[in-house]
Amino acid sequence: MNHLQSLKTLSYVQVRRILRIWIQTIIPPAITTALYFLIFGELIGSRIGEMPGYEGLTYLEFMVPGLIMLAVITNSYANVASAFFGAKFQKAIEEILISPMANWAILLGFIAGGIARGVLVGIVVVLVSLFFTNFGISNIFLTLFSILLTSTLFSILGLINGVYARTFDDISIIPTFVLTPLIYLGGIFYSVEILSDQWQFFSKINPILYIVNFFRYAMLGTSEIDPAFGFILICIFTVGFFALAYYLLHKGVGVKD
Amino acid sequence: MKALEIKNLKKIYANKVEALKGIDLIVESGDFFALLGPNGAGKSTTIGIISSLVNKDQGSISICGVDIDENFALAKTKLGVVNQEFNFSQFEKVRDVIMAQAGYYGVSPKLASARTEKYLKKLGIWDKRDVFIRELSGGQKRRVMIIKALIHEPELLILDEPTAGVDIELRRGLWDFLIDINKSGTTIILTTHYLEEAENLCRNIAIIDDGTIIENTNMDALLKKLENQVFTIETNQNVPENLKINGFNLTVEDEKKFSVVVPKDVSMNTLFENNSFKQLQVTNIKNQTNRLEELFLNLTSKK
Repeated sequence: MNHLQSLKTLSYVQVRRILRIWIQTIIPPAITTALYFLIFGELIGSRIGEMPGYEGLTYLEFMVPGLIMLAVITNSYANVASAFFGAKFQKAIEEILISPMANWAILLGFIAGGIARGVLVGIVVVLVSLFFTNFGISNIFLTLFSILLTSTLFSILGLINGVYARTFDDISIIPTFVLTPLIYLGGIFYSVEILSDQWQFFSKINPILYIVNFFRYAMLGTSEIDPAFGFILICIFTVGFFALAYYLLHKGVGVKD
Repeated sequence: MKALEIKNLKKIYANKVEALKGIDLIVESGDFFALLGPNGAGKSTTIGIISSLVNKDQGSISICGVDIDENFALAKTKLGVVNQEFNFSQFEKVRDVIMAQAGYYGVSPKLASARTEKYLKKLGIWDKRDVFIRELSGGQKRRVMIIKALIHEPELLILDEPTAGVDIELRRGLWDFLIDINKSGTTIILTTHYLEEAENLCRNIAIIDDGTIIENTNMDALLKKLENQVFTIETNQNVPENLKINGFNLTVEDEKKFSVVVPKDVSMNTLFENNSFKQLQVTNIKNQTNRLEELFLNLTSKK
């Protein structure tokens, strides 16, 4: 049995799905990002000035990494959650379960789709950002690595959501009520230093803060939080949730009677 | 060699329904085998467990000598399954769905492409290769399901009601196709509610009821168990209202037609040689009994 071929096939099917529905998958982040830049960057951002800890950078430049992460996180998560649940809903998941595909290949195939969408959308957001501001990238390797790592983590989380989902509502509840608030309160639009002690406390127990700041460090070369902490956090979460997702697939949770 | 060997297979669902109560089943290689049973008897659960869509509670399954728990990947490459319900993305094109299925089995794109063309042409839907699945008719979708199950050329093919909802012409076409596949060496296990289909196609049969195998024999031996057969006899003259043929129960159906019950241990010659029968100008004799259906009902209602 050629497991690599089956992994390639599932990855290809996932990427083809993203490109087939490009109006739903690629275009919305471009429009949303443009609106963020226009409203928070151009109109309001020009009155904000520099963020504490990021002296020498305009507010627009400060926002760019956060907006890229916002797009990468939400899109990689949503992609795998909807792809997996959609396959369950249409029973197309049976095509995979009936086959000799190993659970690790199933897992990696769906994650590949999430990563592909995360990276694609990340590139789109970078291109849109260039219309509004010029910015350099401090460490291109670390920046790409960070996008890959983050989209991997949130693809796994999306898959776990898809595994447990029984209705379409179930794949929108977590992104709407958990993920979005955590991302918005994760230091995309502001530095935690400007918050009161109480809100700083809440921000600092939000893991997204560390993920965003790891990426900000990779892109801008500076961060208000030690990037190593963010890196370790992402790695631990990725390994832990990968193991959980593998276990769920192995047990057939949500897909087998 | 045994194409399928099931030992002591048990399944209790979360709602406490005991779907399988420890079934044993052997299907020899090259067989065309019928697995029959009323709705809820355990057929689909059995197939679900074999195809990894349902978790078993106990028991073992070997496909072509390979234990599914010991060598999952190898066992699965020997198995093809046509599920009862359509299980593909409605938003993909026919060829893409089949090629993807081949890929999941590790078949190279080049080989998968050649086989896709071969089977689409054999089943008469080559012209639909670039059509979205959702645009196909029910019969065309059913054929795509069969091609998906065959694309890795398995040694054992399980079909769960493959002709449900298809017209008579297509059904006959699928029968011929399955007979060819079986002749070329593929073992076939068929579940169907069309008992005529099982009687025509299958050499051996198991009947499952209430999670237990209640009959497992060859088709001829099973049909010999039939107690009576009912024949409709048509004549070109009026049937006498008081018609009697010694040793047979008769029912006059209309003025030129009557039915007669022939017990299994009585020769038809006894009927033909009867003087009353000889006086009739018989134009047609039809076996009214769906033989397997009769047996099936007898067996499953005994429980």
